[in-house]
Amino acid sequence: MTAQEVRLCGLLLQEHFGEVVERIGTHLLRGGAQNLRTIANETNTPLDLVKKSLCVLVQHGACEFGSGRRGPGSPVEYRANCERVLRVLRYPRYIYTAKTLYGDTGELIVEEVLQRGHMTMSNTVKTVADRLTHNMEEGRSMEYSEVVSAFSKLVETHFLQRCPPVAEMGTAASSTTPATPSTPAAPASTAPPTAESNPDCYKLPHVTLIGRGKRRRSSDDSEEQRGGKKAKMEVESCGDEGIYWQVNFERFHQHFRDQAVISAVASKLDQTSSEIVRTMLRMSEVTTTQTAAYTQPLSANEIFRSLPPNYSISRPILDQYLSLLVDDPMEFVGKSGDSGGGMYVVNLQRALANLARATLESVVQERFGSRSARIFRLLLRKRHLEQKQVEDFAMIPAKEAKDMLYTLLSENLVQLQEIPKTPDHAPSRTFYLYTVNQLPTARLLLQHCYKTVANLIERRLFETKENKRLLEKSQRIEAILASLQASGAEPEQLTEVEEMITAPERQQLEALRHHINKLDSTENQVDETVFLLESYIFSTKTK
Amino acid sequence: MAGLGRGRGRGKGYMSFSIEAVGIGKGENLPPSILQPTPLFPPMEHKPVPLVMGEEAEYMLALKQEFRGNMKTLPFYVRQAVSKKDWKRLPKELRIRVKKPLKENTSLSVDTPVDPKPSKKTRVDKEEIIHKLEVGITLEKKEEEVTSDEEEGEKKKQEEEQQDGEEEYDEEEFEEETDYIMSYFDNGEEFGGDSDDNMDEAIY
Repeated sequence: MTAQEVRLCGLLLQEHFGEVVERIGTHLLRGGAQNLRTIANETNTPLDLVKKSLCVLVQHGACEFGSGRRGPGSPVEYRANCERVLRVLRYPRYIYTAKTLYGDTGELIVEEVLQRGHMTMSNTVKTVADRLTHNMEEGRSMEYSEVVSAFSKLVETHFLQRCPPVAEMGTAASSTTPATPSTPAAPASTAPPTAESNPDCYKLPHVTLIGRGKRRRSSDDSEEQRGGKKAKMEVESCGDEGIYWQVNFERFHQHFRDQAVISAVASKLDQTSSEIVRTMLRMSEVTTTQTAAYTQPLSANEIFRSLPPNYSISRPILDQYLSLLVDDPMEFVGKSGDSGGGMYVVNLQRALANLARATLESVVQERFGSRSARIFRLLLRKRHLEQKQVEDFAMIPAKEAKDMLYTLLSENLVQLQEIPKTPDHAPSRTFYLYTVNQLPTARLLLQHCYKTVANLIERRLFETKENKRLLEKSQRIEAILASLQASGAEPEQLTEVEEMITAPERQQLEALRHHINKLDSTENQVDETVFLLESYIFSTKTK
Repeated sequence: MAGLGRGRGRGKGYMSFSIEAVGIGKGENLPPSILQPTPLFPPMEHKPVPLVMGEEAEYMLALKQEFRGNMKTLPFYVRQAVSKKDWKRLPKELRIRVKKPLKENTSLSVDTPVDPKPSKKTRVDKEEIIHKLEVGITLEKKEEEVTSDEEEGEKKKQEEEQQDGEEEYDEEEFEEETDYIMSYFDNGEEFGGDSDDNMDEAIY
């Protein structure tokens, strides 16, 4: 947990859950595992607020609890999960991906589950059906069965998964979910069970949900009450209590990674090659674990059969494309054998490393110019170079090369390696070599990204606070306008209310909205870089 | 032992390695040394790349803002509850202030030049002493007080729900129309008399 990560987590918690949860969350992140009393005392918060905040954090998976260090009798300890909190930044991307894959229904399902942390299937289906019905025209409503089918598709492709069972605490071992097989009581020292350890992780419960979404009308209060009572009764009769579903972030990350690889191939080679790679990745979706270095080998015959029908290329041309992909210096695709017309794999780890390298190079280019980028790329390729060699290989005059190297050195993007010729390390008799280490540099840039996003959020909060008065005024006027329009007022009244905001104020509001939109949009973009770097660093850890 | 730089080297800029190895030639102008922290927003030589603005980006932006707004309405957004005052914990004297404007108003509405004395018998010792002093003041001042107190009383009735601390301040200031607050005239007799329960503490 670096300082930048904690700061960013604090801001994200504050924006989404309020200041109390932010205080508790940052305290947990900084201090490690603590029990309830310690948290309450050290943060000077009343006990019931602490309890509420911890409930919220656990509900959203940002905090885990387990029995204390001193054995099963000690009080429960809570541990915050920094990574999970940082995921909040990526929520819009998850929701948008669900929309592209499964339409509006999928989008709403994922959005609801993300908002509430975890939900039962019946609850999700009802809420989503109601929301869809609300947006439809009068007289039409959404069938539950359609929502159920979208939900099951999400579960089948592993985008949604069941929440892991609660770790056994105390001596009595009682399973909370009816469908899980009896797990042996886990001792306190092992890690908390992950979702994947549950074999029924992706099994849909046997629930029949029949009904349609209810449209919420403001005038039909009595009907709403009756409908509400009916809904309550229906919830009780559904057979899936205790089976909660959460979003499977790793699956989404796999999808993003595949997308990144495919688009890289498309921009480096051409559309057809990217289609081939896309086919290969799709075929190995469920057979590849997330930490695999490369996909399972696929024979050229299989690939030929699984190509999408609108890409009718002949067999020899497919072979040519495959050999092109294998020979490409980017090494996206590798050949692992010759049976079945050639066995090919997608080098996931290599691809991620190359994508991260491209990100680093692009960062250096944008910040320091193309000549510094040339030096940087040179050092990445040639590993260790002396000053003189750098000047020669990069074809840059000595003085400027020196200047650029020192700038890069001061930014810690380039390191100096000393190789002494004599045991006394005399400076005049030592080689000083410049080098770039990809992994530490990637980590450094990742921390910069976190700092950037935190700065963006703070600036946005500052701008909102500065113009709070104006924003509140405009909100009030909008509310008045809406109520006037609903009750059918004349146009003169509407224009009169609209004129309550003066023209310079309107301009100020416009400028403010523009700034805030820009800052928000920038956060989304920085998050894409964060994803690439995080994936690369994670893939190197599990070697 | 290796000798100190001062003794062995000559002239300024003696360093433990030869400067030529690093690449700075003799007599070359070095960049000026930095005397103050770098500016907060240094001018950038290379402007950042413009944002990607497309349909996808705008949709994600809308999603993000909507999500944030929705989170604020959900029960997961924990707000700090406003703490209400526990009247049992504040000293008695602050509570009685609430009764005073009521009594004053009723007595004044009878429209007699009220002697403030009887209405204040219910007060604690401190107020008795203060009003003994008040009684010593001339009649005209008393009438002024009454009128000002009347206004005060009406104002206070409106502001009854507000914190008593403010009222206490107003009353103390306005009562005698002096520049000093009432505790200035305090002769210290009742100091420490309120806390009878803990006689172990030394009273300085």
